[in-house]
Amino acid sequence: MENEVQRTVITPPGRLNVPAWREIWNAREVAVRLAQRDLIVRYRQTIFGVTWVIAQPLVSAGIFTIVFGEIAGLSTGKIPTFLFTLAGMLAWNLFNGSLGRASGSMVGNQSLVQKVFFPRLLVPLSSLASVVVDFVVALMLAVVLLFVFAINPGWAVLLLPVWVLLILMIGTGIGLAAAAYMVKYRDVGYVLPWLVQILLYASPVAYALSSVPSHLRWLFDINPVTWFLEAFRWSLLGTDLPPVWQILALCIAAPLIFLAGTLVFQKNEREFADFI
Amino acid sequence: MQEIREKAITVEGLGKTYRLGASGERPSTAAAAAIQWVRSTGRARYTLFDALDDISFEIPRGEAIGIVGRNGAGKSTLLKILTRVTAPTRGRIELNGRVGSLLEVGTGFHPELTGQENIYLNGAILGMTRKEIRKRYDEIVDFSGIEKFLATPVKRYSSGMYVRLAFAVAAHLDTEILVIDEVLAVGDAEFQRRSIAKMREAAQGGRTVLYVSHQLQTVQALCTSAMLLDRGTLTYSGTVEGTLQAYRDSFESFAAAQSDPKKRPGNGKVRLSSVRMEDEFVKSSQDIVVDFEAGKSSKLIGTYFVSMHINDDRGAVIAQCDSRLVGGWFDPTETQRGRLVIRDLWLKPGQYTVDVYVCQSGVLDAWEGAWRFEVLPDLPYPEFTESSGTEKGMIFVNFDYERA
Repeated sequence: MENEVQRTVITPPGRLNVPAWREIWNAREVAVRLAQRDLIVRYRQTIFGVTWVIAQPLVSAGIFTIVFGEIAGLSTGKIPTFLFTLAGMLAWNLFNGSLGRASGSMVGNQSLVQKVFFPRLLVPLSSLASVVVDFVVALMLAVVLLFVFAINPGWAVLLLPVWVLLILMIGTGIGLAAAAYMVKYRDVGYVLPWLVQILLYASPVAYALSSVPSHLRWLFDINPVTWFLEAFRWSLLGTDLPPVWQILALCIAAPLIFLAGTLVFQKNEREFADFI
Repeated sequence: MQEIREKAITVEGLGKTYRLGASGERPSTAAAAAIQWVRSTGRARYTLFDALDDISFEIPRGEAIGIVGRNGAGKSTLLKILTRVTAPTRGRIELNGRVGSLLEVGTGFHPELTGQENIYLNGAILGMTRKEIRKRYDEIVDFSGIEKFLATPVKRYSSGMYVRLAFAVAAHLDTEILVIDEVLAVGDAEFQRRSIAKMREAAQGGRTVLYVSHQLQTVQALCTSAMLLDRGTLTYSGTVEGTLQAYRDSFESFAAAQSDPKKRPGNGKVRLSSVRMEDEFVKSSQDIVVDFEAGKSSKLIGTYFVSMHINDDRGAVIAQCDSRLVGGWFDPTETQRGRLVIRDLWLKPGQYTVDVYVCQSGVLDAWEGAWRFEVLPDLPYPEFTESSGTEKGMIFVNFDYERA
């Protein structure tokens, strides 16, 4: 046992509740174990197990290829439609997954939240683990396809981890704020998937920006999803470099969204057990 | 150690206020909140409820404190604040040492995970570091006595095994302050004995234990001092004996208040008008006969049932007599006069109370302490012995020794 006795002072919550990073770091084991639980439980008692991780993006990319490429005939530039769509799905799933998992994590773990204390931020953060694992598996599949189609993205591929991090920040940032409000109002849980669905069709996941009519172009230009999709595909597929202002905007917006989400979450953190 | 005993917990002016909506509940959907907000036209329409008010106390290190009080007295709220599950509205708490909590065994257990995986998960959630869990892993497994099933998902465990594993993890928490909420009421007798021994060991090892319970017996067995909470305030703190006495006394004032139906919980669609026994004194081995009368009601559709509890003076429920078990259903369109007859229950001498609950899908009327009676100190047995022959056990039973 440590000789130094840890001293804690509990007072009513203040207005601004900055995360206690040190406490979060000390309790990191909780996040590790929760993440481990999510991963183990997901594919236990399934026949195909991890195959599902590969099957899901493949099938959705296939459907999108048929709908947008074959039926609607939208162009994807010089990249094969399937690969183009798959890359889009990868980035989109990272965003959608982190958003969905983080936002539902508090309500999903309500028995924990009501009974024991640990920094609440660990719950949504740990829920990201399975999103990242999914992404990595699907990314490996995409890399194989790059070789199959003989596409060389060039040096831009080195920036891929940066885009991944920024996408996670956006998804988690919104997810954290949503998680905090879902504790009080379950409506968030119904509205959010619906909004995200709309956003999916409003974003160039399965079609190139070039096939967007010019009078609608501004709608796509202000959409942060467009920013990260373009940057992500530039790095993975070697498509055209997106405008510099978009990359800058992405680099500034993502950390801000994450920070704002964290603060919203922290502001409500200490009341969670009373409302959940 | 030669130093003066330092304080493990210092609580000053602690209060917790819950906000209840005008309808008695907080809106749980945005639409309801919007409607309420529009209606309130800027004026606060919620009512405030003080779950805890102005609580101050200090607990020296190494003390085992029992916290007693009836349902709704604020015991659980106090524990939740001390364990930081929820935040106080007012006041200040100083904790010297890490706090471990056993608010409910098996918190965070996942049915799909194996016993071993759950030990690590649960340990982490309760605040152990990976090193600590590794160090104590063998002890935990040993204590739980389920080493054969460690690779089995806990959803296939019997409830006994589940509880034993959960308690084993929690019992090996190495925190300086340990908060326990009625977890000892689980498992078989042997396991309970071991659990109590573990708790006692914890207190003797210089740790501070807070124990909340209805079972005054365990408080007596485990604690070095105690405090009594009543409707959110601290009404007594001191020795265990003094607290238990104050707790018993509080029953009397409570019973007086409960005889007014308006003050009783329940939705009030049917209210009991009287509950009585023929005599306030009964002999052990005598039948216990409780008469009740419930007024008629047009607000209730369908029949209702009655459940009576017999409690001893420590608050433990000795018997639950639910009329559903014997096909007793009552029609609310008429005034009902009913009678509970308990046969073959040999109560030990002492004070007992009767709680009566009138229920349908929800609780219609809950009259706790509706009647109070005393069992006279004459024994239902043919012979007398010194007191050591009768002091153990919760009740007397009808037994015999036969020569085979």
